[in-house]
Amino acid sequence: MLDPQKIRADFPILHQLVNGKPLVYLDNGATSQKPRAVIDALVHYYERDNSNVHRGLHALSMRATDAYEGARARIATFLHAADPAEIIFTRGTTESINIVARSFGTRLKPGDVILTTEMEHHSNLVPWQQAAKAGGATLRYVPVLGANAEGGLDLAALDQLLTPQVKVFAFTHISNTLGTINPVAELCRRARAVGAITVIDAAQSVGHAPLDVQALGCDYLAFSGHKMCGPTGIGVLYGRRALLEKLAPDETGGGMVVNVTYEGATWKPAPERFEAGTPNIAGAIGLGVACDYLDALGRAAIERHDHALARLAYEKLSVLPGIRLLGPAGERGGLVSFAFPDLHAHDVVTFADEDGIALRGGHHCNQPLMRKLGLTSTTRASFYVYNTAEEIDVLVASLRRTLKFFVG
Amino acid sequence: MSADLTELYQQVILDHNRRPRNRGKLPAANRVAHGDNPSCGDQCSVYLRLDGDRIAEISFDGSGCAISQASASLMTTQLKGKTSAEAQSLYDQFHEIVTTGKEPEEISDIAAFAGVHTFPARIKCATLGWHAALNALKGDAAPATTESHTD
Repeated sequence: MLDPQKIRADFPILHQLVNGKPLVYLDNGATSQKPRAVIDALVHYYERDNSNVHRGLHALSMRATDAYEGARARIATFLHAADPAEIIFTRGTTESINIVARSFGTRLKPGDVILTTEMEHHSNLVPWQQAAKAGGATLRYVPVLGANAEGGLDLAALDQLLTPQVKVFAFTHISNTLGTINPVAELCRRARAVGAITVIDAAQSVGHAPLDVQALGCDYLAFSGHKMCGPTGIGVLYGRRALLEKLAPDETGGGMVVNVTYEGATWKPAPERFEAGTPNIAGAIGLGVACDYLDALGRAAIERHDHALARLAYEKLSVLPGIRLLGPAGERGGLVSFAFPDLHAHDVVTFADEDGIALRGGHHCNQPLMRKLGLTSTTRASFYVYNTAEEIDVLVASLRRTLKFFVG
Repeated sequence: MSADLTELYQQVILDHNRRPRNRGKLPAANRVAHGDNPSCGDQCSVYLRLDGDRIAEISFDGSGCAISQASASLMTTQLKGKTSAEAQSLYDQFHEIVTTGKEPEEISDIAAFAGVHTFPARIKCATLGWHAALNALKGDAAPATTESHTD
């Protein structure tokens, strides 16, 4: 069992008043807060070790390189990857997916199919639209079931959709809008059976539950550091080594080349091949420390805590008049997304802010799904290790006040 | 409820949000423009029937927060019968109100939006319908988007 009160002491930002009320931070799906250990690691790096990596022969450069490569090894362990060389540092989930999608854009041909789902974040949707256009391929979607998307992915439709023409199947682990937990291991297994490459968007899952890329059997997995207690501007693309060796570089320049002449260049192997230019060294180190922090809490315990809060929130919110709750009624990831008739999410969020509560209102980078559900926006509360059951009561009281004001 | 929030959600705004005026498509429209706020998904279409340079009829349609819907509704009541120059001048006044909170010298319902200035994130909500209307007046086919405006 996590003790959120004890954990809160690790997060300096939580101890402040917002609009005169204690901060209730429920926007973790957008970004999580950072524990003291991660903040200290950034300060330590800039105060003691700051230098460029890989190219320096002096003490600071060696320290920086050791810390940067140490972070890579730490993240490999965190994901249970077979080899640290399978960990590519990127700016975040979006860049990670773009690297894979752009490489497919040059390899796909008419007749090929890219398969994704109707519940994807724009970051796992728009890059595939671009890849399909570039290669003249077709983009298809696994439908989401239910008027409130409570039924999850239509797994029965997968048999028709997963044909040998499917070259890549990209899907989210936990939906950032619905909270749906997709059966990713099964999706990987079924994709593999038709020879499709799998890409998992793990932005909402990797810092919230145990994750083992080898057990999942995925080919690529993308996530951001800042949603899992790490700094912004750092993320990871995990790729199976055999695939990375065949993947063309995305950006070219310094640090990723072996031999350059005026006529051309040859590439280093992964991961350097995909890390042109000076990387986000401090960010990578901070992310490694975030992995330590989360593992010290225990990711199985984090998962139980987040899911319990989400179920509690779902239950307490469900009695509010007119509320429409999205996603599964049972087991769900650590977030709840909802809408009220005649009351827009922006107005809800503005009123909640007045009560010190940070929520997200809008389309959550999920416009096609919103359209399908007949919505333009929802309000989302998303939870993490430092959130408490009492904070859900504060949320419900705030929503009641807002409803009273607008609806009566 | 704080004074700022009371100021933001004035009675005039709540009334227009609950009972929007001139809402729906205008069958006789000879101009239409659409506005989007991509950061939140608010949408607003403005329909005009121009008689020469004068707005003979105006309506709006769309979805969004109380501020954006009330602003578009109130705007239609203000712009009916105005020329494009008068409409631009009214928008300039409105923009001044929502960005500075300074109320106009003449008594006007648009003063109800003065409270928006303390909520900078909501200025785009308040101006969405106006941008669409001005685009429709210009005959600009490109959708208005709050992201290309410098408010």
